[in-house]
Amino acid sequence: MPPSTSSDLTLSVNGEKYTLTVDHRTTLLDALRERLDLTGTKKGCDQGQCGACTVLVDGRRSVACLQLAVAAEGREITTIEGVAEGERLHPVQQAFLDLDGFQCGYCTPGQICSAIAVIEEHAAGWPSAATDDVRPEAGPPPLTPEEIRERMSGNLCRCGAYVSIVQAVARAAEEKGAVA
Amino acid sequence: MTTVTRGAVGTAHTRVEGRDKVTGAARYAAEIPFAELAHGWLVLSTVARGRVRSVESDAALAMPGVLAVLHHGNAPRVDTDYVGLMGMSPDPSIALFQQERVAHLGWPVALVVAETSEQAREAAESLVVHYDQEPHDVAFSAERQSEAYALDGHMPGVVEKGDLEDRLAASAVVLDAEYTTPEEYHNPMEPHAATALWEGGRLEVVDSNQGTTWIAGELANLFSLDPASVRVRSEHVGGGFGSKGVRAHQVAAVMAATVLQRPVRVVMTRRQMFSLTGYRSPTAQRVRLGADADGRLRVLEHQSLNQTSSVHEFVEPSAAAGRSMYGAEAHHTASRIVRLDVPTPTWMRAPGEAPGSFALESAFDELAERCGIDPIELRLRNEPEVGPVSGLPFSSRNLAACFQEGARRFGWADRDPRPGVRREGRWLLGTGTAAASFPAGAMPSSAAVTAEADGTFTVRINAADIGTGARTALTVVAADALEVPTDRVRVRIGDSDLGPAMFAGGSMGTRSWAWAVTTAAAELRQSLAPGADIPAEGITVRSNTAEAVGALAQKERHSFGAQFAEVAVDPATGEVRVRRMLGVFAAGRIVNPLTARNQLVGGMIWGISMALHEEAVRDRTSGGLYGADLAGYHVAAHADIPHIEADWVDDPDPDDPVGIKGIGEIGIVGAAAAVANAVWHATGVRHRNLPIRPDRVLMAGGDA
Repeated sequence: MPPSTSSDLTLSVNGEKYTLTVDHRTTLLDALRERLDLTGTKKGCDQGQCGACTVLVDGRRSVACLQLAVAAEGREITTIEGVAEGERLHPVQQAFLDLDGFQCGYCTPGQICSAIAVIEEHAAGWPSAATDDVRPEAGPPPLTPEEIRERMSGNLCRCGAYVSIVQAVARAAEEKGAVA
Repeated sequence: MTTVTRGAVGTAHTRVEGRDKVTGAARYAAEIPFAELAHGWLVLSTVARGRVRSVESDAALAMPGVLAVLHHGNAPRVDTDYVGLMGMSPDPSIALFQQERVAHLGWPVALVVAETSEQAREAAESLVVHYDQEPHDVAFSAERQSEAYALDGHMPGVVEKGDLEDRLAASAVVLDAEYTTPEEYHNPMEPHAATALWEGGRLEVVDSNQGTTWIAGELANLFSLDPASVRVRSEHVGGGFGSKGVRAHQVAAVMAATVLQRPVRVVMTRRQMFSLTGYRSPTAQRVRLGADADGRLRVLEHQSLNQTSSVHEFVEPSAAAGRSMYGAEAHHTASRIVRLDVPTPTWMRAPGEAPGSFALESAFDELAERCGIDPIELRLRNEPEVGPVSGLPFSSRNLAACFQEGARRFGWADRDPRPGVRREGRWLLGTGTAAASFPAGAMPSSAAVTAEADGTFTVRINAADIGTGARTALTVVAADALEVPTDRVRVRIGDSDLGPAMFAGGSMGTRSWAWAVTTAAAELRQSLAPGADIPAEGITVRSNTAEAVGALAQKERHSFGAQFAEVAVDPATGEVRVRRMLGVFAAGRIVNPLTARNQLVGGMIWGISMALHEEAVRDRTSGGLYGADLAGYHVAAHADIPHIEADWVDDPDPDDPVGIKGIGEIGIVGAAAAVANAVWHATGVRHRNLPIRPDRVLMAGGDA
């Protein structure tokens, strides 16, 4: 491959540094899956419509299919493989497991990464379209099922596990003291 | 998992593979690494009908990394002259690159293989294909009835009993209404993906499908291989819903692996899935009900029309559901097809029953209104003692119990039957109900259960877990049959080398597999002498249920259910919101309440999605779909779905060793009708065309 179509870069994923040469066309999603063998991040549509590839980039949720790997250099990327603490599942993972917040499991890593960010966005006072009082001084709204549904709507689940996903997110948030 | 020594069936168990799924460790078909892997990218036609004149492959082959361009001029030959597992000839759509003919827009015309997926994609997207284009016809509508013909699919096409016109004349009330449903697409979250390679003289395929016995058999037939030399594996499958059978990706991957003699992976894009993986045909249905003033049916007529491709017949048997649901003196049902320049439709969750129940159960609601009878009471008055057409006894029929329990929990008794009289701010509120049924069957399967020397048990059954929880259900079933705790049982599935078994479909998977597992496990338990040493290789008992399944007496065998929905309709915007939903089902013994509830609710969500959102619109000019992706084709998202409850009444199947009937499909049946009936109750306007889009609500008025 001519040198002008590829670049050397270092990606920081789940606290580890990976140095690789990537085709400039390679998305962050494909770099994770095809180059770093981190296949927990799923490809559902490859065009930003389903949320299956949701990862955390510098702590914020983001779809990995709509960004190029070369643009992710210098960012701290967290994937589903990096959210547990060793053998101890993240509270969101544990809630999904206990409450059966999935069926086929393919949207699940994206749902979980999204939910982790939702709980933090909510705690930081970010409103959503379902929030009644959006004045900054109002503080975080109660994290009602309606709030969770609105904030999670970028993550499709074709099996239709939505009811138990919402319950799982609520339980995980409750453990963080986020549910009023 | 919960550890109990017996009685595991019927208690909640988290999924055996659950931890792998929440940590990202579960690998799906496109995620198994192979050395020397090459990547294939399908090229689809840009015309809806015609012939491929030429493929300019030289330019593509000159691009970086490109290894091959397969098309009709150079692809390996395949044989389609066989009868597959389903008892049918294969759809010629899967015989890739065998001739120049293009049968629909998005017909596969080439496969570009390259070292990386980026290289394959760029070469595929720049590949120039010349066509001799011919005029196409994709215009489906009820008016095409004159060109249609009846067809037996997995149900008889036409069933007629009694004199229709005579009984219509004798009816005090006649309802005659037409209903339509649009093209609907499965859209499992995991796109279809396969990697094929030749290893030691065997064809190995790692694939995403609903049954590896089925796919291995089809590939062996297509490529004229000894069935023993084909192995297909499918450990984790990201949804199927009827779309994951033999498809272009497996055939293309096998062709390329054969030509290049190295592993080749072919993954469909989301947009390609709208051309290559089947769909639910649009339907145009007419229902005529004739009844006495007290609602007792004299006539049930249900006619359904669907489209199929020019190359293969597929019938959506929408008219069939009424044959087991309601008795009538004249009972006429027919499902017909019309051939167009479109992809071949296929099974999609509750094929026939899903669109058919929308029409029939809407018509029942309309009849209830005409007769001034409560919709539940109308159904109870028409409960048959035996199969209305067949005369056969029901294995069990607990529809009335579902309605009674559902009505109690939903608060149906407090319902004011008048439409359009409840308002809450800008919202009009209404409630609706509908009945559900789906056939309960079993298919032959084989299993092997091994008592290991360490005191554990290994179950080998070629089941497919496409999200149903089958792996967990079979673990639970095996533990009970062996009378051991579930943590001493490991279940291996998803590998055609495990021996022949039913695929995940027709709500028959878990029942068929559980039967084989129970048979082998029970025999093994009886043969194990207490305290006896088990040799290092273990003791294995095998089962094959072909004889037992074949010996089942002829009966009307179905699951049943009652669906309830409450909606809010904004007459100013046309928005319809489902506020709550309840389904109560009589669907055999429930093996794992945790996963079963999830699956039933998932089916109900499909019903909401069908009622309000899903619609693929075919452009008559190009012959293709507008917006063939998850933005243009909306499936229900979190914000569309309220709290939904699913529950069941006791209904063990008397002729199944575990009492199972099957729950994969019953959840969607009747769900769209319940929503549509609730919209009528809210607004006074009857919506007979799905989906109930805002513009349809607005055009129909409804500010009652």
